[in-house]
Amino acid sequence: MSAGTFAPRPGAAPVSRMILAQTALETRMLLRNGEQLLLTVIIPALLLTLFSTVDIVTVPLQEGGSGKSVDFLAPGILALAVMSTAFTGQAIATGFDRRYGVLKRLGASPLPRWALMAAKTLSVLVTEVLQIALLTVIALALGWSPQGDPLSVAALILLGTAAFSGLGLLMAGTLKAEATLAAANLVFLLLLVGGGVIVPLDKFPDAVRSVLGLLPISALSDGLREVLQHGGALPWGDAAVLAGWAVLGLGAAARLFRWE
Amino acid sequence: MSNDPAVEIRGLVKRYGTKTAVDGLDLTVRSGSVTAVLGPNGAGKTTTVETCEGYHRPDAGTVRVLGLDPVARAEALRPRIGVMLQSGGVYSGARAVEMLRHMAKLYAAPLDVDTLVERLGLGGCGRTPYRRLSGGQQQRLALAMAVVGRPELVFLDEPTAGLDPQARRATWDLVRELRTDGVTVVLTTHHMDEAEQLADEVAIVDAGRVVVHGSPEQLCRGGAENTLRFTGRPSLDLASLLKALPDGTEAAELTPGVYRVTGDVHPQLLATVASWCAQHGVMPSSLTVERHTLEDVFLELTGKELRA
Repeated sequence: MSAGTFAPRPGAAPVSRMILAQTALETRMLLRNGEQLLLTVIIPALLLTLFSTVDIVTVPLQEGGSGKSVDFLAPGILALAVMSTAFTGQAIATGFDRRYGVLKRLGASPLPRWALMAAKTLSVLVTEVLQIALLTVIALALGWSPQGDPLSVAALILLGTAAFSGLGLLMAGTLKAEATLAAANLVFLLLLVGGGVIVPLDKFPDAVRSVLGLLPISALSDGLREVLQHGGALPWGDAAVLAGWAVLGLGAAARLFRWE
Repeated sequence: MSNDPAVEIRGLVKRYGTKTAVDGLDLTVRSGSVTAVLGPNGAGKTTTVETCEGYHRPDAGTVRVLGLDPVARAEALRPRIGVMLQSGGVYSGARAVEMLRHMAKLYAAPLDVDTLVERLGLGGCGRTPYRRLSGGQQQRLALAMAVVGRPELVFLDEPTAGLDPQARRATWDLVRELRTDGVTVVLTTHHMDEAEQLADEVAIVDAGRVVVHGSPEQLCRGGAENTLRFTGRPSLDLASLLKALPDGTEAAELTPGVYRVTGDVHPQLLATVASWCAQHGVMPSSLTVERHTLEDVFLELTGKELRA
């Protein structure tokens, strides 16, 4: 390098450019991670295909749709996809970012913290769009006939993303990375079984069912089913449950998140 | 380049629980200088530097970096400083060049990434994920990330820890080049030779305080005096030798034929002794200079070995 190469010319890039660059990087990191892909793409796709074609769980088919089990399963799998990215994937990735000092190092760069969080959120949304596109193609190939208003679906997915992101960031920002890894996977599994994704909630006893119904995954899968299977309007009860979790989770994460 | 100090620390105190990491530390870093913060592990070097970087709020005292409070004015300060952490700071799945290119995008007028990659010898591992880089490669990437935004001031926390001699020299060359181009450098180290080679100013830190601060030459001259030993024939006329030497210099015959000159030992003094020997027909069969090193200074001031 010639003389004067390092002559100071300090300054931050425009914040929009920083967010764009950070979003692209976060998305690449997410898509490059094999374990993450297993969780966010392969498991939902396998569950959708398996349960739609093999009669393992008897699903309620009576109301609306074409009467195929995929009409029950597809909304639940979309909810699972949202959870896998916004909660499990985000918690694990952010936990390790914190552990490896990435959050600390970026904290000394011109990128403001709010912009980093915005970029992480955008990268979750980009990943969700890719997941939903893929799962929709598979579901349609399996004979899915979605009903309802796409805007209601989008609203539910956004609320669900906010709720799961808050919980994921809360976990990543307070626990050790290894604990986050274990806990996020365990929660994923428990909510997969107990959140109305593939096992309808009415298979559970009434008392258990009313509690399970308040989980964010149940609200999201139930809400999506209400619109996509039954062609209903935006289900306000489910939306309110998701909004409540979003406020709680994001609020707690904002207060308790430790950057180092 | 302004005459205001790049960093001004007054009475900094930082505690972690019951442990006091920094205990009333004062430090001024001249703009455009290379300042080495030297001390053993646990002396408070990293805490001090990280407080300047805005990571910690002081429990007492004031810190000003480029005239700004690093916590309250973080957004104004961060684009102007470059930071190299002691370890980590990169996504484990990110490739070396990818991460550097990303950092460059966060700045208004960054360095050319390809040139910097070549300069630091990162070309060969540019596509390797961070977690598979060697320790030395990770250090060089962290250094590149600290300078890519063309900062006015860089903080390097143990920039050569774990590097082989060749990579160390490359890092030293880069630090020298930064200074030549007008960048202020603050680095921490526990290598004496690094401080002596690179720094305009050295601050020796122990137990959370600066115990002494000055140029390496000043520090080595102060404290115990330096020594010149030579051997020749016995019973030389030391009074005549002393007349030729500057005031304050002492000379003694330790054992017959073994002489010691103590004082401010510099090349001129060496020349004077040699020419006095020539005038008196003395052939010194040995002549050694025992210079005071920073290591001695540190040992005297703290009673500790530096790398203990």
